[in-house]
Amino acid sequence: MTTEVVSEAEVKKEPEKADEQPAAPQQDAEQESEQPAAIQDGDTPRTASPQTDRKSKEARGLSRFLPPWLKRQKSQSRTEPSEDHEDKAPMEEQLEAPPPEEVSPQEAERDESHSIGSADTQPAKEEKGEEFPERIGDGKEEEDLLESKAGEKEDEPLKAEAEAEKSSLKPAKKMKTVTCQVTLLDGSLLPCEVEKRAKGIVLFVKVCEHLNLLEKDYFGLCYKDHADQKCWLDPAKEIKRQIRNCPWQFAFSVKFYPPDPSQLTEDITRYLLCLQLRQDIASGRLPCSFVTHSLLGSYTLQAEMGDHDPDACCLDYISEFQFAPSQSKEMEEKVVELYKTHRGMSPAQADAQFLENAKKLSMYGVDLHHAKDSEGVDIMLGVCANGLLIYKDRLRINRFAWPKILKISYKRSNFYIKIRPGEAEQFESSVGFKLPNHRAAKRLWKVCVEHHTFFRLVTPEQPPKARFLTLGSKFRYSGRTQAQTRQASTLIDRPAPHFERCSSKRLSRSLDGVPGLGMDDQAGATSLGRTPGEKNGRDPALELSSDSKSKLRVQGENIYVRHSNLMLEDLDKTQEDVLKHQASISELKRNFMESTPEPQPSQWDKRLTASPATSLRLRAQAAFEEEVPSSSLLSSTVACTTSVPAAEGAIAVGSPPAAAHVAETAEDKQKSDTLEQAEVEIEETVVIKEVRKAPKVEVTVPEVVVTAVTEKEPEKKPGGEAEGRGGEGVTQRGSTSSDSHSESEDEAEYHPQAPSVSVDQIKELPEEEEELEVEAQPLEAEPTAASPCPTTEEQEPALKDEAQNGHPESQSPQGSVEEDEEDEGEPKLNGDASRAETEGFPQVICCSEPPVVKTEMVTISDTFAAQKTEISTLEVPIVHTETKTITYEAAQVDGAGDSEPGMLMTAQTITSESLCTTTTTHITKMLKGGVSETRIEKRIVISGDSDIDHDQALARAIKEAKEQHPDMSVTRVVVHKETEVMEEGKD
Amino acid sequence: MASFGNFTHAIVRGIPASLVQEALRSSLCQVDLVKAQHQLQLHIGTLKDELGLQVVELPADESLPDCVFVEDCAVVCGDTALITRPGAPSRRKETKAMKSALQELNFKIVEMKDDTATLDGGDVLFTGREFFVGLSKRTNHRGIEILAGAFKDYPVSTLPVFEGLHLKSFCSMAGPDLIAFGSSEPAQKTLKILQQTGDHHYKTLILPDDAAANCVFMNLSGKGQVLLHCTPEEYPNSAKVFERLTDHLLFPVPNSEMSKVDGGLSCCSVLISKTGS
Repeated sequence: MTTEVVSEAEVKKEPEKADEQPAAPQQDAEQESEQPAAIQDGDTPRTASPQTDRKSKEARGLSRFLPPWLKRQKSQSRTEPSEDHEDKAPMEEQLEAPPPEEVSPQEAERDESHSIGSADTQPAKEEKGEEFPERIGDGKEEEDLLESKAGEKEDEPLKAEAEAEKSSLKPAKKMKTVTCQVTLLDGSLLPCEVEKRAKGIVLFVKVCEHLNLLEKDYFGLCYKDHADQKCWLDPAKEIKRQIRNCPWQFAFSVKFYPPDPSQLTEDITRYLLCLQLRQDIASGRLPCSFVTHSLLGSYTLQAEMGDHDPDACCLDYISEFQFAPSQSKEMEEKVVELYKTHRGMSPAQADAQFLENAKKLSMYGVDLHHAKDSEGVDIMLGVCANGLLIYKDRLRINRFAWPKILKISYKRSNFYIKIRPGEAEQFESSVGFKLPNHRAAKRLWKVCVEHHTFFRLVTPEQPPKARFLTLGSKFRYSGRTQAQTRQASTLIDRPAPHFERCSSKRLSRSLDGVPGLGMDDQAGATSLGRTPGEKNGRDPALELSSDSKSKLRVQGENIYVRHSNLMLEDLDKTQEDVLKHQASISELKRNFMESTPEPQPSQWDKRLTASPATSLRLRAQAAFEEEVPSSSLLSSTVACTTSVPAAEGAIAVGSPPAAAHVAETAEDKQKSDTLEQAEVEIEETVVIKEVRKAPKVEVTVPEVVVTAVTEKEPEKKPGGEAEGRGGEGVTQRGSTSSDSHSESEDEAEYHPQAPSVSVDQIKELPEEEEELEVEAQPLEAEPTAASPCPTTEEQEPALKDEAQNGHPESQSPQGSVEEDEEDEGEPKLNGDASRAETEGFPQVICCSEPPVVKTEMVTISDTFAAQKTEISTLEVPIVHTETKTITYEAAQVDGAGDSEPGMLMTAQTITSESLCTTTTTHITKMLKGGVSETRIEKRIVISGDSDIDHDQALARAIKEAKEQHPDMSVTRVVVHKETEVMEEGKD
Repeated sequence: MASFGNFTHAIVRGIPASLVQEALRSSLCQVDLVKAQHQLQLHIGTLKDELGLQVVELPADESLPDCVFVEDCAVVCGDTALITRPGAPSRRKETKAMKSALQELNFKIVEMKDDTATLDGGDVLFTGREFFVGLSKRTNHRGIEILAGAFKDYPVSTLPVFEGLHLKSFCSMAGPDLIAFGSSEPAQKTLKILQQTGDHHYKTLILPDDAAANCVFMNLSGKGQVLLHCTPEEYPNSAKVFERLTDHLLFPVPNSEMSKVDGGLSCCSVLISKTGS
């Protein structure tokens, strides 16, 4: 309703937009072409762009990205009073937007199409974001293109395979071919010819064919990048683009360790898994006790040697096997002793037994990554089927199950997870970790995205089309999920393939017990020698260790954020504490940013670091990335997907925590910005959190949050960036274009709950209730992302069924929803009738985004009241509420300032009330780089009946804000509007 | 896991007279030595006569006033016994007798040699699936690390102990995948962390009294699930909670005297399973 009005106002800015278009590089229609485009975007365009007239460099950078937003913004900005425009327009080009009409219809369509999959509004945005670069070039037509693309993408997995097939069929093409060396799990080398431009899947399929492997989804190919880090080859992308200058050497390995190997269909799959585990064990990656080593070893013998032969003196050959990183005679004796008891067991049975025992090990399938926590302490992050594990030394200090994680993102070398609030917690918390470098952060992020998708989802999420944000990686797991692969496996109809179990004897004994090559030292060395890229022709083991060292070295450069247990500390916070809390967080962040932890080699290093030991070694030469992965484009809004809805949810619901969400939104937006901005914004995020809803007296509660920020900092472009981050930024800029694209890759988000966006929202709803009702408690149950989230209509019924089953552990998203619903039934009594079944249509509009995000939100309940599960869903009065949230954010010219760590000097909150408005002013002073910056955030809640002209009130509020602080600039306006939709009979 | 709690042996130790005056304690209570010894005998009698465990009784040592609390000296799991390095310096020598007793039972002995490491067995909660170890006044990170090294098959998670002497001062296993927890705020805080960090979802038995949450669970062949718990005299409300457990064979065991010196029921024995290897 309101929205439309606003949009008109913005139209005027269109011209600007047009200007920008020329600046934008041309883009290929092809998906792949995106990559190159991205690169260009990264640097050239900026410089070249006409908008250079902006005074500061930053502005330039920003401008690059702004245009797209502009479009979106228009639609978003609808609510904004014209006055605002005036101010903002000068500041940043944000306001310039494409004709709103154009956008909105499209969006609507998209929404529909996507709603099934992700139930959130985001898809639409994603598309836009993704396409964004292209759009700039073309204008309207592009949108159509985009749509069609979108369609394609959905099929991507299939398509990819199809392509692979095709390409393999037409070797005759002129294409040049390359020979890849693939190290198999038994240590042998498989040379594979592929076209030079072939995608990863082509090679992978070839290897699987060679192995006669059907259940291939658990496996993958990895290579070592020039930093000697193990990376997974993305099947959907060209090999060459991934490995860059590195040699075409790969290792076939297990990527997803099935939690229950007995559910694998074929013995050959189990066999390969056994081989991988033997490597893991021998290398020390998978620690076990003496007894377990012995037991596993005995099954290995049984599988490979058959029944124990009393006549042969097995102690002679037994020492050629490697059962443990270091094994004693005693262990060998124990192995033989156990081996004798396995008489009669077939090799397949022995493998199965091996797996049954190995799967219980605490580090089974845990992919470890070095990181630092907020205090700069060395920790390890372990990604596994169930979630993310945090280790300090070898002790687990925290664990975040997938259902607990709302968002996974990385920015630069920082890796963040956003945690669903716990029972007693009102607020989502974010936990950040510092990775050795941004590549490591991205790698970790990817692994998380993949693991989450593989193990938790029924079907893979579609790669984000341009979403909210424009920056970041679009990466998504494109393969089959475990559920799908299991399904597919049931269709396997072939006689058990014959395969030879090669003796692992030779495998074992590499110097450090590095599993990698699966050859004995000599063999290993030889094979290595052959490889072109090898550094020193040494045993892979050695390389691995060097690997770890290098990691350690890198670690020095970074920071880190806050600690796992921290979140537990806010348990009892009242709303009033929020501010303090946030302040402390921001301080934490700041500290974290500033700190430069020193490398502390951990004992585990060797094991862990070496983690996925690949036999490959790569050249040390630092090849920089020539091409941006296709996803890297600005448009890689991937991460943002869910975030939007989440934010909406929060805001819409008007939950106190909404502030946090807002912050998130801000973050997202930031991302769309240039990096610098993005950084800045992070800080903002922290500050901004305050947005939350005031008591809803009336059903209609427009809320206006005006954040005024004066940045008095001197322009410190690169120069001022002494801090770690700043430094990075500079580097990037300075470096070649390749770097620039790396920028775009620097950050990405992923919402593990993506499929259940609505769940997120729902969950947030309860928070509001908490505010109102006090009693609502967070659910224990963690919704599982596994099932696609029900659309609004579906939710109700579906939820009910499952509600009862919803036990904390393996709850499906629906489960949680249900509970919510039920809860509603109870608590709703508070006269918060609207909650009972609120159909929210929150819209979040950000400058950076397409105008209107329509999310169908079923605001059914408070998700958190777990205990109330028993309450049946009563028929509750249904109040339809329409909620809109519109965020206007000025691009920040001196955004760099934000990114800088600052010291919080003062923070105060002032509240004043008038007839129908409540104004909360939150003032924060920070010291950043010697310059103090004052941020004022005003939250104005205007409540009243429809007879109040909210738009006018809003305009007034903004105007006042400006008048009161003439020396400050308005950087952000968030309008949250909640309107009760008249029910029949109600007026 | 199936064999969790399937104990065959128990190691206990007598109460030295020095306990009355010299044992460490957090409150100033007067211990009645005779009554304490009587209660210990009841406890041992339950293990031996009612439950049929083979009980190894170590003699009391007057120079070690706390020696009755054998639990702190060793952590036994599978074929491995970790001899701890108790956090209280006055208790370090208690491990000697324990070590030899375990050696006699053919355990693989792992000793905590690092003299920066401390660990009390009272901080170690083994659920059958994983270890949770409290970071308390008596146990430090290094000690837990060594424990993790000794029992590599299992995940080892650390838990903060906000109040009380040990982790098990307010919790313990009360059944397979069932953890008894006190209801105090610090205990609940720890429980939250446990639930988040753990691999498994455990059921919980919340008891009104923290101290009552220290009970002894066994799953004995022939007896089924057995629980030694507080008496109604000491903790009437908590005892009622235990009495509602229907799957367990319940044995209320008096512990009023030991509790004056911070000793729970579990402190008085090291339970061992020698069935398998």
